[in-house]
Amino acid sequence: MTTIGAERDRSSAGIVARLSGFMAHLRLNGFAVGPGETEAALAFLAAGDLADAATIRLGLKTMLSGDRGQWERFEALFDAYWFGRGVKRAVKSSTIPRGDDRRPEIWRATSAPEGSAESYGPVAKLEQEEGEPPERASAGQLAASRQDLLARTDLRELAGADDVAEAELIAERLARAMRYRLSRRRVPSIRGKVLDLRRSIRRNLSRGGEPIELMYRRRPDRPVNLVLLLDVSGSMKVYSRFLVCFVRGLLGTWIETHAFVFHTRLVHISGVLREHDRLRAMDRLSLMVEGFGGGTRIAGALKSFNDRYAREVLNSRSTVIMMSDGYDTDPADSLVRELARLKRRTRRLVWLNPLLGWRDYTPVARAMAAAMPFIDCFAAAHSLESLAALEAELSRL
Amino acid sequence: MDEPPPLSPPAHAAGSGVEDRLQHRAILKVDYKSLQSDLAAAGYIADEALAMALRLCVSLKRPLLLEGEAGVGKTDVAKALAAALKARLIRLQCYEGLDANSTLYEWNYQRQLLAIRTHEHERLSADEIEHHIFSEDYLLRRPLLEAISQRTPPVLLIDEVDRADEEFEAFLMEILSDFQVTIPELGTVTARSIPHVILTSNGTRALSDALRRRCLYSYVDFPDEQKELAIVRARLPGIDQRLAEQAVRFVQLLRHEDLEKKPGIAETLDWASALVGLDLRSLDDDALVLQASLICLLKTEADLKAVPREVAARLVGKVA
Repeated sequence: MTTIGAERDRSSAGIVARLSGFMAHLRLNGFAVGPGETEAALAFLAAGDLADAATIRLGLKTMLSGDRGQWERFEALFDAYWFGRGVKRAVKSSTIPRGDDRRPEIWRATSAPEGSAESYGPVAKLEQEEGEPPERASAGQLAASRQDLLARTDLRELAGADDVAEAELIAERLARAMRYRLSRRRVPSIRGKVLDLRRSIRRNLSRGGEPIELMYRRRPDRPVNLVLLLDVSGSMKVYSRFLVCFVRGLLGTWIETHAFVFHTRLVHISGVLREHDRLRAMDRLSLMVEGFGGGTRIAGALKSFNDRYAREVLNSRSTVIMMSDGYDTDPADSLVRELARLKRRTRRLVWLNPLLGWRDYTPVARAMAAAMPFIDCFAAAHSLESLAALEAELSRL
Repeated sequence: MDEPPPLSPPAHAAGSGVEDRLQHRAILKVDYKSLQSDLAAAGYIADEALAMALRLCVSLKRPLLLEGEAGVGKTDVAKALAAALKARLIRLQCYEGLDANSTLYEWNYQRQLLAIRTHEHERLSADEIEHHIFSEDYLLRRPLLEAISQRTPPVLLIDEVDRADEEFEAFLMEILSDFQVTIPELGTVTARSIPHVILTSNGTRALSDALRRRCLYSYVDFPDEQKELAIVRARLPGIDQRLAEQAVRFVQLLRHEDLEKKPGIAETLDWASALVGLDLRSLDDDALVLQASLICLLKTEADLKAVPREVAARLVGKVA
């Protein structure tokens, strides 16, 4: 085989340069590899008796991948760089277009490691729809037009910078309200329930070991973990821009937060929202949000959340906040199934429904009615006041 | 080509840097295939990727992070590696709330208290007593300290590291890069040998990038049919060849069904030995018994309901 092994013998300087190029290639594709990794890889190439490319590929894959996604993409990237094989497919399956510094971050966060052409779909869709959003006909659209008939003192008027700032402020207050939950870990403390023998003995050595001054340990407060699921379908369109500010406010706090938006599919947006430049973050996000906004598949979105993300982002301290009007095109029984799965993993489920703010609203939408038994806190989210009112509610949970 | 500086761990922890590096070179030349057969001799069937990962873990002295679904044999890897290297296995099971004390060392307080009482009558000064009771005799070694105090490198298994808190992860990083522990009363304990560290994770929490970077990585997937059959035959030598083939193919198909918890290798082995115990010659012998035996594979109520008799019969039809 004409492989790297042979090439290495011809020129070691050449291989160093080629390998550095390979590292740059990996970095472009989202691998966290630095000089340390390059050295390790060089040592591996120089020292091992590496007969064939497959062995080298396997070794480098073990050394350079950091998680499952990278592990699954590595071989394609390796072949693309060293053999120029299937370049197009390798780049596409990596879900990260090369040379574009803006997009990859979004799509790395949103696309699964499966890396099929399907994960490219939204980019294309987004770009198409950037200019003029096409007409959408769906159940969601109907609901949205129905709202138009109702009172106009509504969040859809919300556009000014002041309002956005206030939304974030409210989010921060809410975050503070539900900040803590007790931990199982114990830390030293003056007042506590459990005796800290190590510190007690040490403290009392000077008294001949007579335990006079006792030290204790207690359970510290631990931050809760928030998971936000925001419906950005057509029917929620008027609220989503404002709710996104709210979500961003929550993300900016010290609480561990993960945010997702969904319409017909689920997109992980924490990374986008953490962008330091507030305007750019909002731009990128509203691009994503507005590009979508067709029908709603709450159950489908929940299913992909349960399948892919739930295990990683949910823990015993999690609170899931769902922001949706409950107009679902999926059958209600599948929503019930997915909510039941979700409830098994999380402690609390809060459902914020903008429609709840309207007079005489009752949760009659099939999905909403089916979801009611699983909800710990069902509240309105149609105005800033309604969100601020949540504070007391959430601190009780 | 320039001599690359030593890889982690740093030279001061590993003893003489140059010698250590030369040793790296020497060991690296060993082919991973020999390790693969050593593991097989220890009763563990490893595929090439896993054998390579273990080879590098041993040669480069870097920790290896294994991820994968529950039940693909991640924990057993460490046991098999210890057997293959004839090294000691030291296991640290992580859980929420695990802290540095319970992983490094603890003082034996009861003995310390007793010692203080006895020495009081000998009229020793407080300093002398302190010196005495904070000596190695009163130290209880926990897994991490134990692992770095061994003369021959042990295999250190840090199981389900994702269950421990972030704080512990940070602490672990420090230990794994320096391989030394500071005990305020005794001073710094430097590693006598660098243990072979294997970390496993089930993905219940996202691990930090820093920890991922420090480690070699390998994703352990469910075994393919051939590998699983080899495992079943290695663990259950008495099983009928045809039954083993059927059982393995059945489990392979079952994993494609929409289940909450896919059956792992341990489940396959349980089920296969249950089938042997139930005197089944072939899966299509007795549908009722087969259905009852599925509790070895399906561990939640929803999964049991998802595979009613018709589904089981359909799967059996494909394999028998």
